[in-house]
Amino acid sequence: MSTTSVLGGVVKRREDPALVRGKGLFVDDLKVAGLAHVAFVRSPLAHAKIKSIDTTAAIAMPGVLAVYTAAEVNHLGPLVAQVAVGKLRPLLADGVVKHVGEAVAMVVADNRYQAADAAEAVEVDYEALPAIVDLKEALSDKAKVHDDLDSNVLITWEAGPWGNAEGIAETQEKIKAAKEQEGAVVVSLEMVNQRLIPTAIEPRSVVADWNSGYERFTVHSSTQIPHALAGALAKTFGLASNAVRVIAPEVGGGFGCKLNVYNDEVLVCFASQQLGRPVKFTETRRESPNSTIQGRGWIGTATITGTADGEILGFELVGIADMGAYTQNFTVAIPFLGTFVGSGQYGFPTYWKIDCVTTHTMTTDAYRGAGRPEAMYYLERIVDAYARKIGMDGADVRKRNFIPAEAFPNAVSPIGFAMDTGRYNENLEALVALPAYADMLAERDAARAEGKLAGFGLSSYVEVCGFGPSALTGLGFSWSAYGLPSAFNGSGLVRVNPDGTATVIIGTGPSGQGHETTWAQIVAEQLGMSVDQIRVTHGDSAESPFGVGTFGSRSAAVDGSATYEAALKVKDKASKIAAHMLEASESDIRFEAGGAHVAGSPESAVPWSEIALRAYQPHTLPEGMEGGLEAHAIFSPGNATWPFGAHAALVEVDADTGDVRLRRYLTMDDCGNVINPMIVDGQLHGGLAQGVGQAMFEEAIYDDDGNLLTTSLMDYLLPTAADLPNWELHRTVTPSNVNPLGVKGIGEAGTIGSAQTIVNAVVDALSPLGVEHVEMPVRPRRVWEAIQAAKGGN
Amino acid sequence: MEVSLTVNGRAVQSDVEPRTLLVHFLRENLNLTGTHVGCETGYCGACTVMVDGRTAKSCTLLAVQADGRDITTIEGLAVNGELHAVQEGFWERHGLQCGYCTPGMIMSAVGLLQENPDPTEDEIRHGIEGNLCRCTGYHNIVKAIEYAAARLQGKTPPPAEWEEVSA
Repeated sequence: MSTTSVLGGVVKRREDPALVRGKGLFVDDLKVAGLAHVAFVRSPLAHAKIKSIDTTAAIAMPGVLAVYTAAEVNHLGPLVAQVAVGKLRPLLADGVVKHVGEAVAMVVADNRYQAADAAEAVEVDYEALPAIVDLKEALSDKAKVHDDLDSNVLITWEAGPWGNAEGIAETQEKIKAAKEQEGAVVVSLEMVNQRLIPTAIEPRSVVADWNSGYERFTVHSSTQIPHALAGALAKTFGLASNAVRVIAPEVGGGFGCKLNVYNDEVLVCFASQQLGRPVKFTETRRESPNSTIQGRGWIGTATITGTADGEILGFELVGIADMGAYTQNFTVAIPFLGTFVGSGQYGFPTYWKIDCVTTHTMTTDAYRGAGRPEAMYYLERIVDAYARKIGMDGADVRKRNFIPAEAFPNAVSPIGFAMDTGRYNENLEALVALPAYADMLAERDAARAEGKLAGFGLSSYVEVCGFGPSALTGLGFSWSAYGLPSAFNGSGLVRVNPDGTATVIIGTGPSGQGHETTWAQIVAEQLGMSVDQIRVTHGDSAESPFGVGTFGSRSAAVDGSATYEAALKVKDKASKIAAHMLEASESDIRFEAGGAHVAGSPESAVPWSEIALRAYQPHTLPEGMEGGLEAHAIFSPGNATWPFGAHAALVEVDADTGDVRLRRYLTMDDCGNVINPMIVDGQLHGGLAQGVGQAMFEEAIYDDDGNLLTTSLMDYLLPTAADLPNWELHRTVTPSNVNPLGVKGIGEAGTIGSAQTIVNAVVDALSPLGVEHVEMPVRPRRVWEAIQAAKGGN
Repeated sequence: MEVSLTVNGRAVQSDVEPRTLLVHFLRENLNLTGTHVGCETGYCGACTVMVDGRTAKSCTLLAVQADGRDITTIEGLAVNGELHAVQEGFWERHGLQCGYCTPGMIMSAVGLLQENPDPTEDEIRHGIEGNLCRCTGYHNIVKAIEYAAARLQGKTPPPAEWEEVSA
């Protein structure tokens, strides 16, 4: 797209003036008269019987309005989940706790200090039981996490191709034959893809207000899915969907952890109904890791079988994924999403088997990338190990095995999904051709020549984004469990107001993605308005058309496309009005510079304000035309989108301390057409930081008894500005063929492409010592130990 | 306990519980909700404000410790509606996404530039180490502070990595 066009050009964000002034309104900022505050009593044990709960002292404390336990709320539970495979979460623990931090009782008081004091005064008598934390132990079923489930294995995802037992058997047969082939090279590694704590800087917060006169809930929540939450609450309380209004105001980061329905969201509604007051719960950072979902948590063995000259004949991943104690929104579907991209950009036979096991830990669910970073980690680590083993350049091995450009559009991956568009070789070649690529290799070699440990890492990746097609609802990708039997289609409403400004209302739930700017660009381009004339609102289940929410890099591809189509409908009607006003043919009407004119005669222009005024005064319209100037569209894509790219990293390792420094990071991403390059690059920056965070710093650590040891930001390390380089970003543009904007999505690319790039670089740095593998996060002690072990020391 | 302090140039007197955190006092008593709470332990920096002209994390200060002090919050940074150069830099260089860490990040950057008006990239990165951002990967925050540093010194800011279209 041309950069002189509003669509495809940089427009500064319309969100920012309020946010840089401290005037953005987040949930915890709301001032509501009569607001009561919640604090939870949480389990200190991973697995225990609750012998008794004594709330008498707490209830007698100043300001305390109520203390609730399971008995009062059981009729509303368990917590609804979209993919309800496994044990659903009780709203409050009923006789037994299954993970540290599980909510046992809820205290409501006049202010947050009183609520916290009273929560301390609730006496719970526990009888500790053994906890299962280790994934292999869980898989063995020697002891069960839930007595009423048949097995700790909740579901097993097997793919290659998915859902085709015969095909899978054939794939396994092919791989077996390949292994038996003479000269076959087999490379295998067991690797951990550790648990992560998403850590949006805004802790989750929810305010519920039941109005008994209107018989309606108004709920403000820091959620990515306002409509789904409204549906879930309506279902839970037996209300019509229009009796619950959920508003997601500014949301301070989501990354998937706010793509969920939480027990506290149900419980504050319950308390508000009981007490006749608005009720708020805001997580503390310390409780957040055990009250908000975590992500990843896999162990797996990846195996590549290939020839000595770089032809890969098969890839296998056999692993275990940690679901935690209770299933929430998508829990078991996350590894399933990983299978979608299990064969990456490659065409070789691929076999996947992931057992989803339950443990006495916090629930896992979608965290930025959600299954896809795990998939790319295993695949691209083992492709790299294979290239190293046969002594071939990593880029050459990848290119040799990519699905060729001729197979597109709609190339079918070995996993069995048709992928929209792709030019994998061209993309990687573009990365390799960058002067920076050669420079990074030269810098590595120069550092090595000085006796330093320096490494260069590479990874390609493919994603599946833009959910989604109606065809996928059968696979769980819908909000059917919340009483909303809709596919993950997009929606958008465009209204030209009587003064000639426009209001765009969308059902997304952004948390920093810049939708108010991007959507204004989409509409401005179609209507020939300035971006300043357009106000975009979102995140209100009562005000906006039904919306699926913001996750899975879906908003622009799906809701953006719907909004584009709504804008076209408005334009179509406005063309008729303008043609009538200008006494011209409708096909000659052009929209530009804030109004309409006849092609070739810009001096004939009528401004939007005049067109709009007519629309709202129907007697001035062409005969038979309805009044008003707005349109709504639903967009159902024919397929998901499949963004892709290739990343490279340069690291240096301190041989004495094991400290890893990330020196440079270079990308060649392809997210299809770009609406606002500044915002797209920003999404990549943040996604990269989270992937690098996983590779280098972050790890949710449970001890053997199921205690989470990383509940503060001192123990759970996030990357700081001093840990990261400037990102060197480049892109190829391969438009998607499944939506009119040709966009693919960019929210997760940085994360999906990066962790393995970093670890590949670290292994490259240590390879002169003979190191073949280091687990994430590559923190100094672990790297130092790997160096010592390679040197034969201990 | 009685406290009297100056907040964004205005004298404030209030009766607070001794255990009230400064950040809660600002947010709940004074309705200055631009100062955010991210961790309650001083690690994330979302609650950063100026106390007597120096940055401080208001989640680890008590309101009573602010007695007699001069506090500036994000709401007090713009003068007569005109954005401070750091606020402008964050807007100009896409230094924010969700905006939650932003007020604290901006206050830290203001503090950094007071002490070091012309920082190197490395000095900027270390200077804001006490503020965590989960959205931006810091790249554009660094650019935003470079922009502000130039503006505050009356210099032309380094060019953006993009050209804006007229919208």
